[in-house]
Amino acid sequence: MTFLDDSKNNKHVDTLEENYKISTGGNWNVFFKRLIKKKLGMISLIIIIVMYSAGIFAPIIAPYSYTEQNLERSLEGPSQDHWLGTDRLGRDMYSRVLYSIRTTLIVTFAVIVSGSLILGTALGLIAGYRGGTTDTIIMRIGDVFASLPGLPLLILVNAALSPKIDQISIWIDSNTFINDFQASGAASYITIFFALSLFSWVSSARLIRSQILSLREKDFIMAARSIGMKQKRIIFRHLLPNISNLLILLISSSLGAIAGSEIVLTWFGVGVQPPAASFGQMLYAGSGTRTFQTYPHLLLVPAFFVTLLMFAFNILGDALNDVLRRD
Amino acid sequence: MLVYTIKRLLWIPFIILVVTFFTFLIGRLGPGDPVSVAAGQIRNPILLEQVKIEKGLDKPILIQYFKWLSSAAKGDFGESYIYQGYSISELIFPKMWISAQLGMLALLVVFGLGIPLGLMAASLHNTWIDPFIVSLLLFFRAIPVIVIIPPLLWLFAVHWSLLPVGGWEGGIFDIYWLYEVIAIPILNPHVYLPVFALSIGGFGGVARLVRITALEIKNEAYITTAKSKGLSDTKVMLGHILPNSLLPLVTVIGFALVGILEGAFFVEVLLGIPGIGRFTFEAVKSRDYDVILAMTAILSTVFIIINLIVELLYTKIDPRIQLDEGIDG
Repeated sequence: MTFLDDSKNNKHVDTLEENYKISTGGNWNVFFKRLIKKKLGMISLIIIIVMYSAGIFAPIIAPYSYTEQNLERSLEGPSQDHWLGTDRLGRDMYSRVLYSIRTTLIVTFAVIVSGSLILGTALGLIAGYRGGTTDTIIMRIGDVFASLPGLPLLILVNAALSPKIDQISIWIDSNTFINDFQASGAASYITIFFALSLFSWVSSARLIRSQILSLREKDFIMAARSIGMKQKRIIFRHLLPNISNLLILLISSSLGAIAGSEIVLTWFGVGVQPPAASFGQMLYAGSGTRTFQTYPHLLLVPAFFVTLLMFAFNILGDALNDVLRRD
Repeated sequence: MLVYTIKRLLWIPFIILVVTFFTFLIGRLGPGDPVSVAAGQIRNPILLEQVKIEKGLDKPILIQYFKWLSSAAKGDFGESYIYQGYSISELIFPKMWISAQLGMLALLVVFGLGIPLGLMAASLHNTWIDPFIVSLLLFFRAIPVIVIIPPLLWLFAVHWSLLPVGGWEGGIFDIYWLYEVIAIPILNPHVYLPVFALSIGGFGGVARLVRITALEIKNEAYITTAKSKGLSDTKVMLGHILPNSLLPLVTVIGFALVGILEGAFFVEVLLGIPGIGRFTFEAVKSRDYDVILAMTAILSTVFIIINLIVELLYTKIDPRIQLDEGIDG
């Protein structure tokens, strides 16, 4: 299981750093032209876009609700009414697949924005630009996270955290104007999102820090500083635009890792909680040998989509890697 | 080098302290406290209070933590709630041994198969074999373990009845160590599926890395020199390209181990192997805090040490890397 490898792979990142030194601030047109030439990469991108839009529009596209049960028609194979069959509780598999993509999408998006982008970029920028003690403190904390086993620890942290979050959500239900917070399952999203963000910022912070370290010494930053430009302006106007390529690479490489972590954590029973739909749950429900023998569609349906998604992420990641590092 | 090693060694207890303290805090503080888990069905407030005092949960959190830490340092992690009457260390260490055996075999497969396959792809770069291997590797790298095991299990165990449906019988390393190392892994059918499942991810990664490095080395001047001296392709491959493409693999050992350990959590649950992965699964399902805490402490310790060894090994092999600078930038 190497889902988290990409995001935790610090040595890998170290070797990558060398390759991206020149590539940042590259021309966007050139970048897109190169990417379009990568056929497999483009196909993967299209697959990801199609699947993600299916997830976004799940409430409109899905023929049934993901919680709608029909016990009279449970464990059916594909039919006209249920394109991909029904599960043990008679829920429509096709609808559940769509909502599972939605779950993956929500978690991935939230983790990337908060963990890799905001937390990682901000800490990397500060560490690289400020240097000195700030740098040491941030990078040491990063070292602590990097030297820990990601997935097992995520499982353990989630397991310890989720009853607390459950209790908090019950408290929210009974003491604030928000109702049905507990029933909506939002709490488990928050747990998994929190835990994943905690671990995903390190690699992006490291990469961005190293980039900023070399950019900081460039002439145009010196020039900006010498005319008395404010730090804020230097960071937002001159440093950030120059690491935008790097950010794309970071996002694309962590997409698959985070989606995979969500699925795997849910599979283990510490991720998104029922009744919310997730691939992890569907895979777990279908993975018994007897179950697989009698009702193979329970496993094959989610397995197909998960594998497709993982392939697309891997190929796209490779293609972007090639495109961005070729300078 | 020595200063660096000592620095890193001093760093280890600190990380373990931080990690265990936070896990301890998460487990002990706030709602959903371990008392209610420990008490089980008891809802009598007087009895709850009694359990609390019995388990020492009425004391301040820091005292609780240091109490836990001092006994944990002696290898005593308390009692398990799920397996009443057993101490956690009594349960964990035999299970760790099972997982470790499988892990070592998987590591062997990862490198034993990954390196030749990567070299093969590199040496047949301009034929159809290279893209074939590359796509095969992509397949191995991308397919999640939780997806591939059930179909494999069905195919081999149920449909063809070649392998057992799962479970675990006997170890790999038992009494006649050397004999068992060689013979039992081949003879013990319980080993095949888990080892295969544990190694696919890492094996794809290793082969990919070897292929890329070997292709880069192929263009170096010394390879041309060797060839112009009249060395055969096989000799160039084994004598020059192979040793040099092994270098980056040292960094991967750590990740391969991480991958295998992460895989163990799922493989053991799916195949019914009584290792730490399955134990954690049970503990997580029943919210057994002390087991979770013990696992966190042990896993973090093992990992930090592996990371350190890999890092030191890497500097030893590749003198271009200087650690003292590398860390602070």
